[in-house]
Amino acid sequence: MFLEASKVLRHPRCANCHPDGDVPLQAMEAVPHEPPVTRGPADRGVVGMECTSCHQDRNLENARVPGAPNWHLAPREMAWVGKSPRFICEQMKDPRRNGGKSLAQIVHHNAHDELVAWGWLPGHGREPAPGTQAQFGELVAAWVETGAECPDEGAQP
Amino acid sequence: MSISLRINGEERLLDVDPEMPLLWVLRDVLGLTGTKYGCGAALCGACTVHLEGQVVRSCVTPVRRAQGKSVTTIEGLSPDGSHPLQRAWVEQGVPQCGFCQAGQLMTAAALLKEHPVPTDAQIDQSMAGNLCRCGTYCRIRDAIKKVSGGGR
Repeated sequence: MFLEASKVLRHPRCANCHPDGDVPLQAMEAVPHEPPVTRGPADRGVVGMECTSCHQDRNLENARVPGAPNWHLAPREMAWVGKSPRFICEQMKDPRRNGGKSLAQIVHHNAHDELVAWGWLPGHGREPAPGTQAQFGELVAAWVETGAECPDEGAQP
Repeated sequence: MSISLRINGEERLLDVDPEMPLLWVLRDVLGLTGTKYGCGAALCGACTVHLEGQVVRSCVTPVRRAQGKSVTTIEGLSPDGSHPLQRAWVEQGVPQCGFCQAGQLMTAAALLKEHPVPTDAQIDQSMAGNLCRCGTYCRIRDAIKKVSGGGR
């Protein structure tokens, strides 16, 4: 079941802001963010180049700048880029690497968080994450209810 | 819709569309034309101002975001062009065409407020979003270091 969810988690709309480094990625090709920005001490950029220096609380269609509330990078310990579904699964269950969340909180976060929601409403011709946030929330809830099993290493959707 | 905000220390009540870019408000409504329009897409930094002290690109910032908040533009950096960075800009002969320099100065001012003696890496990271088609980057860095006490 987690393999199905990993199609969303590893989609560029989601994974680009879960980089395994200090630079966010962009586009379907997952290229480094332009203008060149860096993670900063709180995952929100550095002075002069903060995420919200440019990103607003909603998409800007004319300027093509994506936006959603609380725009920021996922912390380094939540990196998904280049990780296997099993790695991400274990990470998502680990409070030391998931922001201290319980599995119930993980379900709620995935189903209702406004920044997560951006993945399905990315604006300006960007390819959305697969399905809908509601479907994704149901999938994650079902995964938790059935024991939050992780796929074997090497398993791919 | 009315928007209430403080611009360069002065309280203003404006009857504007809340989605109007802050840059339009500054230039077309208030006549504060020191802040420049460059790309309109938050890619060049010419429109940089401070919102509650934070650097923002005013070309993509809806004025509603400034409701009840404080905006500082290049006109408000100092009343008479005497901010240490402005003096250093003159002494170093930083500008060439000058179009991007208001944005450069606003970002540099924010940088020095947080890091009074920035490293080269901190200067590069913070100034990376302010483009200069004349290529005055070395002089910009020299001027910042002159003010911070770390320059030649």
